[in-house]
Amino acid sequence: MQPLIEWQAGTVTEIRPQTPQTKSFTLALPKWTAHRPGQHYDVRLTAPDGYQTQRSYSIASAPEQVGELELTVERIPDGEVSPYLHDVLVPGDQLEVRGPIGGYFVWEVGLGGPLLLVAGGSGIVPLMAMLRHRAAQRATLPARLLYSSRVPDGVIYRSELVQLSDRDHALELFFTFTRQAPEGWTGYRRRIDEAMLTEVIRPFEGRARVYVCGPTLLVETVANALVRMGLPTELIRTERFGPTGS
Amino acid sequence: MPLRYTIQPVAGFISRGFLGRRRPAEVENRLPPGQYLVTDFPVLSAGPTPHTPLDRWSFTIEGLVQSPVTWSWDEFQKLPTQTVTVDISCVTKWTKLDTKWRGVTFDTLLQAVQVEPTAHYVMAYSDGGYTTNLPLDEMVNGQAFVAYEFDGKPLASEHGGPARLVVPHLYFWKSAKWIRGLRLMERNAPGFWESLGYHIHGDPWKEERYSGD
Repeated sequence: MQPLIEWQAGTVTEIRPQTPQTKSFTLALPKWTAHRPGQHYDVRLTAPDGYQTQRSYSIASAPEQVGELELTVERIPDGEVSPYLHDVLVPGDQLEVRGPIGGYFVWEVGLGGPLLLVAGGSGIVPLMAMLRHRAAQRATLPARLLYSSRVPDGVIYRSELVQLSDRDHALELFFTFTRQAPEGWTGYRRRIDEAMLTEVIRPFEGRARVYVCGPTLLVETVANALVRMGLPTELIRTERFGPTGS
Repeated sequence: MPLRYTIQPVAGFISRGFLGRRRPAEVENRLPPGQYLVTDFPVLSAGPTPHTPLDRWSFTIEGLVQSPVTWSWDEFQKLPTQTVTVDISCVTKWTKLDTKWRGVTFDTLLQAVQVEPTAHYVMAYSDGGYTTNLPLDEMVNGQAFVAYEFDGKPLASEHGGPARLVVPHLYFWKSAKWIRGLRLMERNAPGFWESLGYHIHGDPWKEERYSGD
């Protein structure tokens, strides 16, 4: 029997807009414990009459960021919790959370590489925790990120990713834009497909640890393609969100 | 029908400026604590979706039974089915009301075997290596079934097709996708998520999400 994962009131220390739809929230936690990159926290909101609701959000920060937690949240226009976080919450406010939670979609330097991360939209968030952890540990194992966004200003963590990659030749970034690419863009401009994955994974010779996070359709496409390409299924870990489209 | 639950906030904590989105009482009373309503059908799984061809699919009941039994897909299709409409709750917080399934009840499957009196738990196992554990007495009397139709259509692979377990009174990770068999056991043992920090039982009305809850 494991101990209860207790609710605690974190204090919002910083709110940073990432894209027009996403913001990062940094919380200082009174009972912080180190998470594993890829894990999530539950967030609970309580109204004055006792009404409560909960959501799960992936952790964006590395466990090396001791005492703090960064959650990056996309604003869902008709949502109940994300509009509160985006529109109401200000630094100094308290937010009830509990975690870290989840033990499969996790990667640590000790698990080794090479590492292939595939993200769609805000699916970058748990993968960012992995990349930040990898950087904090000064790991040199090869890592590649394939990141699909609809439009240029929808790329979350763009400048930090570029900085990480500039400092570290073992980390390579591949962006693709599905609706509109930046001016003069010479990279990918389509949804992730098998041909794109084949190109990105080629130097890894079919032996990568793969983490895929994004909308269901993207995750299904990527995971199915990787299985067809012969990657062992136990090395492919997925986290899906959003509707099926059906 | 589920009972109305009591809200127990952390002593005194209120989220400044949060009012919440109330649903009509008849909906609110069907949402277990901490859950919110969805109308789509989210997909969650830990790895790639298996695609087992139907001519290589089979379903087995084994473990503490006098002799194990295995059905082919065609044989399984000939078993009597029931159509049920149930609410389902995922530990990731969404609840979907009035989902319609067709499948074979666990009771019907048990008629094909002689269960040993020492059997008290069941391990469901799936293509791709997924497992989840359940108490035997929470699967009988219409509480669990193996479904191969959702909403009148063959169950899509990302939702667990060709067939998945459906145990609507427990969090939906207990309703193993891509199910291939059930192993009856004497002692309880954790399955896949139960070994990774999730609750051994998983009752949404008791909010048994994680180990220690």
